[in-house]
Amino acid sequence: MQTRKTLITTVLAAAGVGLGGMSGAAASTGFSDDVVRIGVLTDMSGIYTDLSGEAAVEAVRMAVEDFGGELNGTPIEVIYADHRNDPSVGASRAREWYESDGVDMINDLSNSGVAQAVAGVAKEQQRHAIVNSSSTLAITNEHCSPYATHYTYDAHSLAHGTGKSIVEEGGETWFFLTVDFAFGHGLEEAVSEVVRNAGGQVVGAARHPLDTTDFSSYALQAQASQAEIIGIASTGADAINAINSLAEFGVTPDQQPAALLLWFDDVDSLGLEAAQGLLLTNAFYWDADEDTRAFSERFYERTGRMPNMAHAGNYSSTMHYLNSVQAAGTDDPDAVSEKMRSMEINDFFADGGYIRPNGRMVHDQYMWEVKAPGESEYDYDYMELVSTIPGEEAFQPLEESTCYLLDD
Amino acid sequence: MQTALRLVAVLALAALLAVPLFPQIVYPVFVMQTLCFMLFACAFNLLLGHTGILSFGHAAFLGSGAYITGYCAKFLALPAELSILAGTLTGAALGAVFGALAIRRSGIYLAMITLAMSQLVYFFYLQAPFTGAEDGMQQIPRGTLFGLLDLHNDVTLYYVVFATIAGGLWVVWRTVNSPFGAVLRAIREHEPRAISLGYPVARYKVVVFTLSAGLSGLAGSMKAIIFQLAALNDVHWHTSGDVVLMTLLGGMNTVFGPAAGALLVSALTRYLDPFGAWVTVVIGVVFMACVLVFREGIVGKLQHVLRRRPREKRQAVDREGMVRTSE
Repeated sequence: MQTRKTLITTVLAAAGVGLGGMSGAAASTGFSDDVVRIGVLTDMSGIYTDLSGEAAVEAVRMAVEDFGGELNGTPIEVIYADHRNDPSVGASRAREWYESDGVDMINDLSNSGVAQAVAGVAKEQQRHAIVNSSSTLAITNEHCSPYATHYTYDAHSLAHGTGKSIVEEGGETWFFLTVDFAFGHGLEEAVSEVVRNAGGQVVGAARHPLDTTDFSSYALQAQASQAEIIGIASTGADAINAINSLAEFGVTPDQQPAALLLWFDDVDSLGLEAAQGLLLTNAFYWDADEDTRAFSERFYERTGRMPNMAHAGNYSSTMHYLNSVQAAGTDDPDAVSEKMRSMEINDFFADGGYIRPNGRMVHDQYMWEVKAPGESEYDYDYMELVSTIPGEEAFQPLEESTCYLLDD
Repeated sequence: MQTALRLVAVLALAALLAVPLFPQIVYPVFVMQTLCFMLFACAFNLLLGHTGILSFGHAAFLGSGAYITGYCAKFLALPAELSILAGTLTGAALGAVFGALAIRRSGIYLAMITLAMSQLVYFFYLQAPFTGAEDGMQQIPRGTLFGLLDLHNDVTLYYVVFATIAGGLWVVWRTVNSPFGAVLRAIREHEPRAISLGYPVARYKVVVFTLSAGLSGLAGSMKAIIFQLAALNDVHWHTSGDVVLMTLLGGMNTVFGPAAGALLVSALTRYLDPFGAWVTVVIGVVFMACVLVFREGIVGKLQHVLRRRPREKRQAVDREGMVRTSE
């Protein structure tokens, strides 16, 4: 066996094939194959490119550089790949990374389907996966494992953040514009429950297909419902189109839209004229305080754009992973997992954040209101803090999680 | 020349058999996925290349195979062989329905009917409660084959997939080189004449549709077992487009040309991955180049070149492959 491996190594080296991930002899440093390798699995060519994509890779690289580029003399390497929004592509790439390329941790994971598939592979291969840019609760429920971490936000934090705070602020009657997909249905259901529990009322909902461009009939239905709040249970282009139509049909000044998953980048493409007054829950906003500004300006210099919450999460989670590896003194997944879940996270992204046994990173969420064009004083000055939602309230209570790790 | 081709085929076969031993060189799961697409493309070509029917809804068969296999294995806890059988049969049954309706028209209208029907199927899987919609059906158990072979072992799985796909490809080859296949080519060349000769053309078309769909379903079933998931991408019309692309690239007037096309497309999307969105551009350019430079596809062109050189052999080969190469 060993001779064959050596033979292959020689042949490959001779052929000049740059295979870094050869499973060579066990390292003496406590690090497998003498390098800590982080893979960023993201959407480089599809609908989520703008939300994560290359900037997510850059955020992870930044964290590695800030960490020093090495761990006790062991180099840290960042590689990336495109999952093309296909769970089978994502799963096969993750499996290959873990099995033959010696990847220790996979980050980003936009697209819920891909995130779930990779969480499954991570569990089987006993390697780390950190989900930053998708919302599916399955990561901390049926697909949970000691190796999967859900970092930035999830469907529960969106629903509870937005739903509860708005009802508390007096928005009692709700109408939903929901994308006709499992994601939209799930979000609508979760928010409806929160609204009812908080004493509000859901007066109706309109379902639209994915990639709808003409929202006129939906906007009119929303207007006719006379609900105070129009909950927008979609994301990306659909949410942008919906908000634009609501503004065009004069729905917005009287009835307030609440976006259940809107990204900083969406506000940027909508423009303040159309987006003003919009309420949204985000885990991060670049202009929140001194630390976030410092990070965001450095990020802006590298990528030419302001970071959204997923980028900030990519950076923060990579840093936390590396800190945990350092504290454990090895990249052995079990030891690292234990450190990750026992060490507190204190950086520009999270204050006193911690990871629960089911993999949920608990940290404060924030509700923001989009400023009117007149209030914006400088570039990217888009949002104002409405309220802070404590992490304990924002995320799914531990007793509701179906994660098998909580059974004993 | 014949011996040279045979040598290449034997070498390729040996290389494929050796794949699980050298995971460092090429990743076995990638090879398995490519094998599935090879079968899918060759099955599709039974219709396009050998019968002259352009179906634009083949993703429905691939995806149904994957979803039904997943459903059987995950929710009904059936063993792998029964799940795969169920997926294959579902594909075939859908193919019979598609075929029966679509062959009432021809050309672009036929393609549109198949597209419309595959969109219906897509919508079904999008809304059906068991599929997990856009999240896909996850964690499909691989199980054991005939209660003997544990498919969780990647090496075992590889050889099972290899054998199954090889079996599927053999069916394609046998179909093409049979009296049935000859009738299909007659239909492709001159349908009214085939009718006047007394062949029940409609029945032939439905049968070949069913066969092609069944094999596509088998490819989808294997895919579900390999990746342990079934997702909407498999039923999306993009996949129907991809299979046309693979077939044209490989050569639609050959039996195994589409397999070469599938290999090319899979390899391009995989190894050009670091270029992100540029992959689609590169594949587009490769496709245009292929269509402009060698219209008969890669394998078609290869056969053409090999056949032309030795003059004395030419006639013998031509007699054999007369109908196939007449364009």
